[in-house]
Parts: sequence; C-alpha cells; structure tokens
Amino acid sequence: MISDLILMNGYGIYVWSAFAFTLIGFSSLYFIINLQLKKELKRFKKNFSELEKEKYKVAINQETYKEILKHSGSKI
Amino acid sequence: MLYNIMFKYFNPYKIFKINSTLQKFVFFSFIIVLSIGLVESLFLSPEDYLQKDSVRIMYVHVPAAWISLGIFSTIALLSTSVFLYKNKNLILVSKSLAPSGMLFTLIALVTGSIWGKPTWGTWWAWDARITSMLILLILYIIYLLSFRISDDKDKSNKISAIIAIFGAINIPIIKFSVDWWSTLHQPASITLTEKSTIHSSMLVPLIIMTAAFALFSILIFLMKYNTELIKIKNKGLKRL
Repeated sequence: MISDLILMNGYGIYVWSAFAFTLIGFSSLYFIINLQLKKELKRFKKNFSELEKEKYKVAINQETYKEILKHSGSKI
Repeated sequence: MLYNIMFKYFNPYKIFKINSTLQKFVFFSFIIVLSIGLVESLFLSPEDYLQKDSVRIMYVHVPAAWISLGIFSTIALLSTSVFLYKNKNLILVSKSLAPSGMLFTLIALVTGSIWGKPTWGTWWAWDARITSMLILLILYIIYLLSFRISDDKDKSNKISAIIAIFGAINIPIIKFSVDWWSTLHQPASITLTEKSTIHSSMLVPLIIMTAAFALFSILIFLMKYNTELIKIKNKGLKRL
C-alpha cells in the first residue's frame, strides 16, 4: 500500500521530485525574504537607537517609524 | 480623483500596518490550503488514463505557470501606471511582487522538464511554450537586477519599468504559443469563456493548489514590501 503510493506505477521518481523541488523552492524563498526582513528591522532598530535627542524627537512622532519600531520589538 | 485615491490607499504607513497584521493570517491560511492541496493532488485525485500517475505533476506545474504569468502582467500594468501617475509606491509594489514571480517561473520550467521526460521522452525541447517561458524567467532576472544598475534611484526605477512594459509583449506569446505554432504542449483545457474539459476530480485539486500558490505569493509580497519599506526608512533616518 505505502510502496504503491511511493512508487506510483514507476512515475514516483518524477512526481516526488517535482513536488520536492516546489516545496524546497517555497522554503528557500521564504527563509531568504524572512532573513532580509529581520536584518532590515535589526538595522533600523540600531540606527534609531543611535539618533541624537533632537532627531529622535522628530522621528518618534512619525507614524511609519513608530509602526516599524513596534514590529522590531522595541518599546517606544 | 484616481491619483487622490491611490495616494490615500498607497500610503506607506497604512500598507506597513496592514501588511504586518496580514502576514500571520496569510501564512497559516497558506499552510492549511497547501496541506489540503497536497493530499488531494498526491493521494486522492485519480490517475490519468493515458499519462497515469505522472499527471500529478500538473498540480504544481500549471498553478506555477499561471501565477508567474499573472504576476508579470501585474508588474507590467503597475509599471505603466508609474509613468502615468508618478507614484513611487507602485514601483515598490512591483519590486516586491517579482521574487515570487521568478520562483514560480522557475518551478514551472523545472517541473515541466520533469513531466516532459515520462510524457514526451525528453527533459527539454525548444518548443514555443517552453522557450517563451524561459524568456519570462530571463525577464524576471533582468527586472530584479535592473534595480541595482544605477545609484540614481529614479534612473533605475525608470529602467526597470521599461523592462517590465516591453517584457509584457512575451505574455500573449506564452498564452497563444500553443495556437500559433505546432508545439508539444496541448491547447488550453481551462479558459474563462468556455467550460473546462478537465474532470472535476482533477479540477478541484488544481484549484486548491492554485489558491495555495497564490497565498504564497501574497505572503512573500507582504514580507518583501515591508523589507523594502524599512530599507527606505533606514535611509530616511540618516537624512534626518
């Protein structure tokens, strides 16, 4: 029964490799994009913490900056 | 009027906020739909009377091809709008759509090649449909690389938009290649205007897998858009 599902009348190698390639492609792209996102969030958090007091006051009042900081795990 | 609506809804802050909330929801929906699709396409759907079990490759090959074409058409449309409405956010949207479009084109080509071996007896043929899909993959690569051509952002944005608009010529070629030339591919079995010639037992898993693939491209788009937006805001911090 299980071997029938795996072998698929001799077409298993083609079917499984096509599905495996698709799933590996999905996982790879997801991890690459997720890594880039985390890297940018980390960089943003660092740059924000290094802002001078006056600049910090200006930046903290901008909605987009606030939202990004919220998602970078920073306490505003 | 249209410009005002676009400016209102393509506001970076609003998009970032919605994107961040949507990401988890889309991710879980994708996992659920993909799981159902995999069970349906690998175990529950019947084998084909002629192609036997190799027909199951269709459930990854066809949705990947459909979505890759859909994404490039959207990029071309948005790129045209960039010139019409001068909205830079549309470039960001296009740029964020491209990675998943490129992956789906690659999946369509590789799974098509795997399917070709048991069906046609060859991994590759310079058939009109396959060649035009290969051109689409090259167009995606050039489009993504074009953003790195120049340090002048406006210049590279213009170049990428031009590539997308000219690249759109390839879309009808891919679509109608099976009608215009004698190819190894069969004519379309599913059209918007006519009744599908695929039996429902095969059509249902095909639709489910298409939905799963669409959800994946939305997920990657949301993540990539936020990454690009943070990149811009990072530069903005330095200019404060």
